[in-house]
Amino acid sequence: MRKKVIFKGVALPLLLLAPQLAITCVFFLWPAGAAIWQSVLQQDAWGLRTEFVGLRNFEEVLVDPAWREAAWNTLVFSAAVATSAMAVALFLAVQADKSIRGANLYKTLLIWPYAVAPAVAAVLWLFLFHPSIGLIGRALNQAGILWDYKLNGGQAMLLVIIASAWKQVSYNFIFFLAGLQSIPRSVLEAAAIDGARPTRRFWTVVFPLLSPTTFFLLVVNLVYAFFDTFGVIHALTGGGPGKATETLIYKVYVEGVQNTNLGSSAAQSVILMVLVIAMTVVQFRFIERRVHY
Amino acid sequence: MASLELTGIQKAFGATQVLHGIDLAVAEGEMIVIVGASGCGKSTLLRIVAGLETPSQGSVRIAGREVTGLEPADRDIAMVFQNYALYPHMSVFQNMAYGLKIRGTPKAEITRRVGEAAELLGIAALLERRPRQLSGGQRQRVAMGRAIVRQPKLFLFDEPLSNLDAKLRVQMRAEIRRLQRRLGVTSLFVTHDQTEAMTLGDRLVVMHAGHAAQVATPMEIWARPADTYVAGFIGSPAMNFLEGVLVEGGRAVLLRAGPVLHFADGPRAGPDGQRLIIGIRPEHMRRDPEAGLGLALDLVEPLGSETVLHGRLPGGEALTAKLHGAVPAAGGALRLAIPAAELHVFDAASGRRLDAGP
Ligand SMILES: Nc1ncnc2c1ncn2[C@@H]1O[C@H](COP(=O)(O)OP(=O)(O)OP(=O)(O)O)[C@@H](O)[C@H]1O
Ligand SMILES: [Mg+2]
Repeated sequence: MRKKVIFKGVALPLLLLAPQLAITCVFFLWPAGAAIWQSVLQQDAWGLRTEFVGLRNFEEVLVDPAWREAAWNTLVFSAAVATSAMAVALFLAVQADKSIRGANLYKTLLIWPYAVAPAVAAVLWLFLFHPSIGLIGRALNQAGILWDYKLNGGQAMLLVIIASAWKQVSYNFIFFLAGLQSIPRSVLEAAAIDGARPTRRFWTVVFPLLSPTTFFLLVVNLVYAFFDTFGVIHALTGGGPGKATETLIYKVYVEGVQNTNLGSSAAQSVILMVLVIAMTVVQFRFIERRVHY
Repeated sequence: MASLELTGIQKAFGATQVLHGIDLAVAEGEMIVIVGASGCGKSTLLRIVAGLETPSQGSVRIAGREVTGLEPADRDIAMVFQNYALYPHMSVFQNMAYGLKIRGTPKAEITRRVGEAAELLGIAALLERRPRQLSGGQRQRVAMGRAIVRQPKLFLFDEPLSNLDAKLRVQMRAEIRRLQRRLGVTSLFVTHDQTEAMTLGDRLVVMHAGHAAQVATPMEIWARPADTYVAGFIGSPAMNFLEGVLVEGGRAVLLRAGPVLHFADGPRAGPDGQRLIIGIRPEHMRRDPEAGLGLALDLVEPLGSETVLHGRLPGGEALTAKLHGAVPAAGGALRLAIPAAELHVFDAASGRRLDAGP
């Protein structure tokens, strides 16, 4: 039996909720409202005159080739980050699920990257991949592979993908490990007795039983790659070289803060807002269904 | 050639020795029931046969082939788990077909064999369902089906009936026995339920703290238990144990409770004064208003056709008797005789059975 506390009136509940509501209002609703309002306005270059332009900012954004390129970058980047972060995490979780010596230390170490701030993570990878001072970067150049992510767009993309994925591996790892541990041991033993070797067992029993976790993580990782990687990109490549690593979220910043084109920047962030709401809805729908097989 | 042969199986988890050298030879088509109290190592033994655990010492041979180091997949066995361990994401059909598919059996043959097994078990109508859409009893049948479609050399059952309600358990018990006879597959069946053990097994292995205390037919175990543990474990209500000493050159026992009983089957080897434990089953106690021992009753349990009486003998030892018909419990006392022909004699120090000398 679940215990339900029922309050009389509205004053006390409101008071108890007030801190959370205040934070939501100040940091989410107000800026979101401001962005929506800003997205239908246009200012002149000096910020002296502001006029209402309706949906024109949106129309301009959607046909802008630069925006489309950023959208394509985002797609490539997010897909790569999500799949690599999940694949690596799943592999590590499978290893951790075996009863190995020092499993606890191994698990603890794996969780650390999650606690590292994005900028710090970026600097860490910079020290590894910088062409002249980075450990790996120098080695690559000495081995005759021309490595300079400041000139080569493809390499820059690879670097931000690696750094962003690395940060997300911990989170995925925890969920995959929990998912693996919730699979009854006897089911795996039954499969072993049925004649399935470990690899076969993994693909026909373990992986299908993990599918709820996998789907949940897919959404979380995509949202992460879309919206939470600004810090890593900013510190590593600043969107460059050229616009090679400029994702949609980074473009919002470039447009609004560097080019001071507030109307367009606001329209872009509203588009992103709609996207994240859509993803959240998909995820909630899914979680409600809970049992999937 | 034995169908399954265990030699000197030992198992230790870290410092805890769980199995202390189990030897067992099972004939083709035989049903062996491993029975014992919780934690005595039954599951561990079964899992060693299955290849899910490796023994610390000893060897396992199935159909004459040494399999000790082999994976479960290479042993040609099937196992039914206590929690059924069905694949939750597969239909009943897929659950049963999984093992055949892995072995590369042709599709038509898989369909035929799964169909036959489903027919045999009465689950043909459920083939499209998922395990979570089945009742406990139906899941149990699917687990059985998954085991029999593969036509393995050996069936292993780890308490497959313990999650079923009492009525279904009795029904499935009979069904498993019938099926096993019909298919003629050698089987090991683990249970802690002695009724299940007695009714199912061709032979029983009574396990006690990692040892096989006795391996014999159910009747043999009931009639001639090898030690006090087996004697107390098999039979319900449990056998009574009374203290005594050997007297008259081994021909009789002097009970602490008073009387001297002469062994009906001959003298025991041993010095007079050797301490003994005398076992007597409750159902062998007889009323004897004149010469019997006085039993001060604590509790009377009428069961209809029989009555179970619990009480204390003059020496203070507890005794249970099961008598036919209703017993007037007036006065709270009763006189009972111990028939000498039904005595089980054990050495008090070792607990081993002492048979009449040659
Ligand atoms: N993996 C393990 N690690 C350490 N000890 C274990 C392990 N598996 C079993 N044991 C111990 O071995 C002993 C025997 O366990 P086992 O599961 O074989 O008992 P059982 O006879 O099947 O009991 P039950 O009737 O309760 O199922 C127990 O004391 C248990 O604690
Ligand atoms: Mg067990």
